Order: sequence, then structure tokens, then C-alpha cells
Amino acid sequence: MNTLKGKIHKYNQDNIDTDVIIPGPYLKIHDHKELGKHAMEGIDPNFSEKIREGDFLLTGKNFGCGSSREHAPIALHQVGIRAILSPSFARIFYRNAVDGGYLLPIEIEPNIIEKIADNDEIEIDLDSNSIKNSTTNEKYKIKPFPEIIAKIVKAGGLLYFKE
Amino acid sequence: MGMNITEKILARASKKDKVSPDDVVIANIDKVMIHDVSGPGVIKVFSEWEKKGKILNQIWDPNRVWISEDHFVPSSDRISANNIALLTDWSKKYNIKKHYKYGLGQYGICHTLSHEEGLILPGEIYVGGDSHTNTTGAMGALAVGLGHTDIAYVLMNGKIWFKVPETILFKIHGDKPEYIMAKDIILKIIGDIGTDGANYKAMQFSGEVVDKMSMEERLTLTNMTTEAGAKNGIIEPDEITLEYLKTRTDREFLPIKGDIEAEYTTTFTYNIESLDPIIAKPYSPENICAVGDIQGKEINKAYIGSCTGAKLEDLRMAAKILKGKKVKIRTEVLPAAQSIYLKAIKEGLITIFMEAGAVVGPPTCGACCGAHMGVLAKDEICISTTNRNFPGRMGHVESKTYLASPLVVAAAAVTGKITDPRNEMS
Repeated sequence: MNTLKGKIHKYNQDNIDTDVIIPGPYLKIHDHKELGKHAMEGIDPNFSEKIREGDFLLTGKNFGCGSSREHAPIALHQVGIRAILSPSFARIFYRNAVDGGYLLPIEIEPNIIEKIADNDEIEIDLDSNSIKNSTTNEKYKIKPFPEIIAKIVKAGGLLYFKE
Repeated sequence: MGMNITEKILARASKKDKVSPDDVVIANIDKVMIHDVSGPGVIKVFSEWEKKGKILNQIWDPNRVWISEDHFVPSSDRISANNIALLTDWSKKYNIKKHYKYGLGQYGICHTLSHEEGLILPGEIYVGGDSHTNTTGAMGALAVGLGHTDIAYVLMNGKIWFKVPETILFKIHGDKPEYIMAKDIILKIIGDIGTDGANYKAMQFSGEVVDKMSMEERLTLTNMTTEAGAKNGIIEPDEITLEYLKTRTDREFLPIKGDIEAEYTTTFTYNIESLDPIIAKPYSPENICAVGDIQGKEINKAYIGSCTGAKLEDLRMAAKILKGKKVKIRTEVLPAAQSIYLKAIKEGLITIFMEAGAVVGPPTCGACCGAHMGVLAKDEICISTTNRNFPGRMGHVESKTYLASPLVVAAAAVTGKITDPRNEMS
């Protein structure tokens, strides 16, 4: 499972925060399916209908800033998002995404955002730390996971990770 | 090469002589907090773990865990009522004694209880299932917010991994003008470094302004380090810390301070003598300007609440302006904890608020996170003592929130417009 293939959904904004990923009133909900219906509601009310299992998000920097709500990566995972490409992630979102085993936060160089278009098909290769854009045939580098993150990702989440 | 306070606490907790930024350590945890939003998430992780055949008859240490009912309280509907019931059963099952329940004595916003009840001591490492856990770092502790899977892991194992953060040191100098509060200072800092300016990093505060600051004001500084993306905010413990804790706990502790030769990634120096009151405009805490720059802008509502802006001193400052006056716009005051509410009654502050025409409500995170009890309508404009103003944070995605100090919010309540508090201070 070291390669992932999927379609890009591009939201080229910086600081997409947890209040728009999953608004406050839904914090009382812990049913994952229900949370999925409201993913990204604050930014795109039609989001959950657009996403297919295995798709990716491409966003501006500091994705997931704000609250510690694990509802955010859960809602995105539930609709089918398996990786997010961004120049940077807010720390709790990053940690929740990896430790909960929901999706991969992939750090990219900021200039890659303009090279990938909405709906492009891409392939993420975690062995060579690269992305292949199947639509344009271009290849880009991604930032390798730090050692601890790579191990937790491989284990499928922190609860399955052995020190 | 020495270590700063954050590094020293992580070294102690991971039984190492020395740690440096970017090291990954497994740290033993001293205290854990869950509330009515993160708690049900933890319970779900536990029940799924049990479905896989794991046995979870006990948690690592019930005496190190505490629970707060704060977000959807008093229960806003059937779902939130069920969450509270779930949490009650769970804390009974795992024998957790410190469960602060509304309507049963002391309760309030978790971050406020953490200091008001002396739950976290200097030198401790404390994790909470809430992003504003950073608040408690003002006690000289390492206080870090985590999601519910991480908290569940700590409840099972008593430890968790951390990357040792780089530390940014903020030195705050000058004579603090009386109309400037910690809120103005931290908004100014976030405006300068941005909402990702301290991502993955520690923010440490020092300098004579901080040295002279009360504990509650220090807590406002560390509270909003979350808004700059920081892993933690921290202030070295001193006489003020010890004095604050004296009446709140009799547990013994060993305060930790950084070494004299400790290293910091970056140092920012501020002189606040001529700082004007600061306000953060929609839709980001970094979107700041001087209050005077947008003076006269009409607003619909003033909100004095939350872990950031409804501590006793916050209420005292708001009362200073509201005393003997009437509010021109809808104004809500929600003290951050039952104990603070009671002190505010005894000091006559609540009378001042109610005579001014404000509604006073029970402690809750409620409207700060757009959950209940004062949610904003489409196009409604609020000025608030809270910490975030992202789209939809306090209600409709097209509502707007301005963040400011209790003085600035109270001045706006009186005039119905954004107002420099100097104009309303007698």
C-alpha cells in the first residue's frame, strides 16, 4: 500500500480551519457517517457529493488550523478522502490524521499547487516520496514523513503502533 | 548549551538528561483532561478497541484524569444530553473522581478549572482533549492539546510521543498602560507572526510586563498561543504562580525553570508603552488593527465569555466600563466557571452587568464555538472576548466576529459601535 491513486479536489486557500471543515454544532455528533455528510460544509456545501473513495485534497498552507476536534479528519475520511496535499498542516490536525489512521497529510512545495489542477488524476508514491500527475505526466517531490510518522502510518494508527 | 523550560519538562518526563528540538521522545504524562466533546470520542475509541477483543477493565491512572462538562452545557438538546449521560457512566466505570458536573457544585470551562482548581502544577506535563489546553502553560507546566485517539492512547498507556518543539521567546517590556490587557498583547503578537507563525513550536513569554502580570492575565497570553499554531505556550513559574496556587492546592511540586544558557530559536522583543488597544477583524485572529482605526463601525452584539475572556479579572475590567451605564446592543456575559460567577456576584459585578441591561448566563463554551446559547445569525456582527473568528465560528458562516479585550468589548456594548475604551474609561 505504498502507492495511492486518486483524483484531486483543489481548494487553493490558506488556513482552511476546523470550523469550516466541520462546524461547531456538529461537535456533539460522534457517528462517523453523519459527520461525513457535513465535511467542509463551511467552504463547499456540495463537498460530500463530489468526493469518491480514494480522492485527494489539494489546499493552501496551514490546513486544519484551529480546534483539536478529531471530527475534522474523521469527516474527511468518511467521505472518501485518503490524502491531503498542502505546503503545511496545523499540528493537531496533522497528528490526529496520522494517529487516528484516517488519512495522509502530504507536505509539498508551495509552487506545486499551481501545477496540479482540479480533477487531475495523481499517484502518490511513499517509497520514492514523489507524486506522478497522470493527467499532465509531470512528477513532483513530496517531503518524506519523519521517522515516527512513517512508523505510525505503516502501523495504521497510534493504537496499533509498537514502540 | 542548556535547556529551556519546555525542553526540561520533556526531558524529565521522558527520563532523559538532555533533549533538543526535533528529538522524538515518549513522555510519561502527569495529567489528562477530557470534556463532553472529546470524551465521547475517547469512549468510542475504547468501545471499538473492546470489539476487537481487547480487555479494558481499567485505565492507566484514574487519579490523574479529570473530566469537564463544558461545551454543550446545560445540555442543549437530546444528543448533548446523551453525551453527558455517556460521560457520567464512563467516569463511574473507570472510577474517575474529578468529574466537574454542571448543577453539582463547581464546574466550568475546562481550561478555567485547570487553574482555578489548581489541577495542574508547575513542571507537570498535561494533555487535554481540546486545542486551548495551551492555556494552562501559564502555570509553568507543559500543556498540550490532543485529539481523542491520542487521549485514548494516553488513558491506556500513561505516555505518548512528542517531537521536542523549537521555542520562540517573547520578551515584553515597558510600563503597561491601564487600558492595555494581555489580550491586546497576544493579538498584536498573532498579527505579527500569523496564525501559523508558531506552528509545531513553543511560545514562551517573559520580560517585566509578564513578571508583573497577574496569573489570570498570563493565562490569556498562553490561551491564544493556539491561534498562532503553537504546540504550547509557557511562562516560567515565579512568586505570582506560587501565590496563586497557595490557596488552591496543598499538593507538593518542584517548579522547573529554564537554564540561564537555554537556547531559543527566535526572540521577539516588544515594548508596549505606546501600544494602542488591538482588535482582530473577521475572519482570522491575525487580521488585526488598532481599535481606533475602525472606531465607529456599527455592531449588533457584545459577548463576554470563554476561557480567554471571562475570568474574574476580565469581568472586573468589563464592569469598570459598564458600571452605571446602559448597553446599546445585545450583550451577553457568561463567567467561565461557577466559582468565578460566585465571586463576581459577591463583588457586585453581576449587578453592574444586569443593571446595564446585559443577560448573564451560566458557564459554558456555548456561543464561543457556535454551539448554543447565543449563536450568531447571517450577517450579524459580534464583538467578543473569545479567541477565534474563523468563518462560522460563532454561528452562521456569513456572521462576523471581532476579537478584543473585555475593556474594548464593554466599550462597544455601551456605544453600539467599535470604540476605543479610553473614551469610555472615567
